[in-house]
Amino acid sequence: MSLNNAMLEKYRNNFLQEVAGNVEQGDWVKMCMQCGVCAGSCPLGDAWEHSPQKIFMMIRANRREQVLSSDSMWMCTSCYHCVVRCPRGLPIPHIMHGLASYAKRLGLAPKSNPTLWFAEVFWNNMLKKGRVNELKLGLSLYFKDGFASGIKQAMAHQKLGINMLKAKRMAPMDMFAGHAIKDIFGLHKMIRKAQEIEAAKLEANSK
Amino acid sequence: MPDYDKKLGAYLCSGCGIGDRLNVSQMETTAKRDGKAAIVKTHEFLCSKAGVEMIRKDIDAGDVNHVIIGACSHRSKVEAFRFDRAAISRANLREGCIWIRPYTDEAQQTTQEMGDDLIRMACAESRYINIPEPSGEQELNKTLLVVGGGMTGMTTALESAKAGYRVELVEKAAALGGWMAQLHKCIPHRMPYANPVATNIDATIAAVNAHANITLHLSASVAKTEGAPGRFKIEIATEYGTSTTVEVGAIVQASGYNMFDPNNVPAMNHAKSADIVTNMELEALAKAAGDGPIKRPSDGREVSSVIFVQNVGQASEAKGHLPYHSGIGDLIAIKQALYFKTQNRGCETTILFNHLRTPGAAGEDFYCSGQNYEVTFRKGIASEVFPGSSLEVQFRDMILDEDTSQTADLVVLDVGMVPNSGPDPYALPLVADKEKGAAPVFEVTLDSILNLEYRQGTDLPHLKHGFTDSHFICFPYETRRSGIYAAGPVRRPMDIHQAMEDATGAAMKAIQALENAGKGRSAHPRSGDLSYPLFRKEGCTRCKRCTVECPFAAIDEDEKGYPQFNESRCRRCGICMGACPVRVISFDNYSVDSIGQQIKNVDMPDEFDEKPRILVLACENDAYPALDMAAQNGIEYSPFARVIPVRCLGSVNTVWITDALNSGYDGIILMGCSKGDDYQCHFVKGSEMAYQRMSQIADTLQILSLDAERVVTYEVAITDIHRAPRLINAMAETIEKIGMSPFKF
Repeated sequence: MSLNNAMLEKYRNNFLQEVAGNVEQGDWVKMCMQCGVCAGSCPLGDAWEHSPQKIFMMIRANRREQVLSSDSMWMCTSCYHCVVRCPRGLPIPHIMHGLASYAKRLGLAPKSNPTLWFAEVFWNNMLKKGRVNELKLGLSLYFKDGFASGIKQAMAHQKLGINMLKAKRMAPMDMFAGHAIKDIFGLHKMIRKAQEIEAAKLEANSK
Repeated sequence: MPDYDKKLGAYLCSGCGIGDRLNVSQMETTAKRDGKAAIVKTHEFLCSKAGVEMIRKDIDAGDVNHVIIGACSHRSKVEAFRFDRAAISRANLREGCIWIRPYTDEAQQTTQEMGDDLIRMACAESRYINIPEPSGEQELNKTLLVVGGGMTGMTTALESAKAGYRVELVEKAAALGGWMAQLHKCIPHRMPYANPVATNIDATIAAVNAHANITLHLSASVAKTEGAPGRFKIEIATEYGTSTTVEVGAIVQASGYNMFDPNNVPAMNHAKSADIVTNMELEALAKAAGDGPIKRPSDGREVSSVIFVQNVGQASEAKGHLPYHSGIGDLIAIKQALYFKTQNRGCETTILFNHLRTPGAAGEDFYCSGQNYEVTFRKGIASEVFPGSSLEVQFRDMILDEDTSQTADLVVLDVGMVPNSGPDPYALPLVADKEKGAAPVFEVTLDSILNLEYRQGTDLPHLKHGFTDSHFICFPYETRRSGIYAAGPVRRPMDIHQAMEDATGAAMKAIQALENAGKGRSAHPRSGDLSYPLFRKEGCTRCKRCTVECPFAAIDEDEKGYPQFNESRCRRCGICMGACPVRVISFDNYSVDSIGQQIKNVDMPDEFDEKPRILVLACENDAYPALDMAAQNGIEYSPFARVIPVRCLGSVNTVWITDALNSGYDGIILMGCSKGDDYQCHFVKGSEMAYQRMSQIADTLQILSLDAERVVTYEVAITDIHRAPRLINAMAETIEKIGMSPFKF
């Protein structure tokens, strides 16, 4: 049974408890008092499908599918406006990121969401050498939509690139292997271990 | 009227800058020559021990019995200038003269004229008043009647009994406790505000039963109330046909409330299913369950899901609904949701709220507690409840903005509180309209609670929606019937702890009332006033205006139709005096003459002096202090104004206006409190009546062929310290425009 089905089976009708049990800071959701200050404070509010206020209401109304496949959590930029203003002190961005991560794990995150794509590219890039290879990360962003548009993007930012080279803000040799942190294998081991613990926890929770 | 020789003594103060700004020796001459004061003295610090001693010596020596204080405002140094067995008049030389005028050479002359006039006015007042004395009709009765044996009534009874007063407690039902005895548990009133708490009502009932000062009348009601504070005679009738008569000094009405009938909202289908219950009905289910799971009334099954529908027929303009919100319904829903969370394992509990209101100390914490217990709070407005083995609630989710529905085993309707205040004496007949379909928004009880034998109806007047009327800001427990106090939800919707606070407040007020009545002193707001309405029967035309217009129903009628004053019901506002067309009503220290002579004794310059005179009759409760405060803030106004404080704008007799116009005043300003539903008039109806009477003054002006702008009436609040002087200055400008009065001599 997939993790998603296992969770469905376990929590049946109570998505609020599923969120409380599996999502980082998810036990805060029940404390939302629906004042809407977060929704009004979010600078990107217009660009989202659902405001945090709505997401929290949907969780209580058992809209599991709708919540987990929403693009809203992926749009949060962690500006913390909502946290500062929430009268109940809910850690809203943490909950939003927690929901995003949970949706990804269950395989319910929205397909072809650019933020989700970028997050993956960033993670893989970082994991390789233990630090972000900015040149490669930039290039993969340029070439996201194919070769032709990538060249076009690169040409448009030509001057900026040259200036960064001159100011030694960009290392051209990173094009090849790039430099790694001291104990890259140690890091890989740590991350693997953390992922194992997390997966085991979810696995246990689903039973 | 007391028979004695009036010996006037005028005492001028030269302190606080009065001596620098005004020619005090000239004022002394004015007091002697124009004011006819036998003794005139000046002190440089009149309110000091030495100054007061100087006055007291003259009184004690029998040289002076009418004292005129020429110093600060009527409202300043009241304690210092209080002399028993003497009539006091004040000339407001400080706030009423020097502080509202610039300290310049040009202004000197007009300021001095103002000061001299104030002295003349105070002396004139003194000549036309008498030393007030109690009538000797007083009785001290240290027993209270408490109507209602709910939590409010019991608290009132206990608090009064503890203070050493006897209590006659009348309860309609066969047992004490009221609605509270029906509750399973209460909203918490102490930290940590997390769980419902026991009502402990039995302890309160036991305390009432045990107290020696409290006499209980169960299954009883008040069949008749007659008399006045200090000497109420109450007939208590029991269900069994017996009746007793008790005499009490004051009354507290704690008749509480009834629950709104949910059948007025047919879509809730309360009558169609036993599983659709009101919040009060749920208390019975919870009580029956004890600490075990709550069961459905229809089939006795344990409830596994419940929906609370909030605001059923509340704050709604629809027919048959309550136009107000009872305020505590959401706290009750949280409390009841916690019954299910703690007694019915795994019960799904949803509260469909609109504006979640959780007032009071417990409010926010208790709400959080509900959320911690995972009560689902959903902002939704229910449109219909469908009966069936599983109930369906249709509602609009206000956050997700969609119509949806949810099912449950049990639905609880949040219904509001309807005051049980008895019929409003001033309401239009309710029964007649019913058939024409013009029924009132909702019905209040028509059964009388107090059965007052008063000229103006059997019960306490209402403000609106059936709640009893009181001056909401200053005198919350006082009603419009002196010596009768309202406490608890009969006054406004409230919870138990507010009601207990109310009960204590009302008990203290009732005690104060009966003690005052025993000494022949007025209750608020003229607390301590010994004067009372005097009436010259020979002149009375039996027009009944005084008996109809008294806002406090202090005046009855005898069998011949003459007014019968009940002095201890009287608040000494003088509204009857203002109403009387033949001017036969007066008080020892306040009469048509005592003000009329002040108006006439102002020195009236002739037409070519270009010194108009503006008469300002200012309510002593709000407008006059506003002008005092303007003076304290150094705000100036016209030196042509002559301000006279009146007890209430309602006490203004139109003869003052006619006399003032005839004697050459160029403009008249009346300043009273705000009127209407949100009135601030300390005597409830005085300001409104003044407006009504002044609307008829236009005819008089026409007869005298005077401009209508010469007489204006304003609503002035105590905070209008900038506006009140502006109104005076505006009149001065108007007079400049339309010219002086043609009635100067």
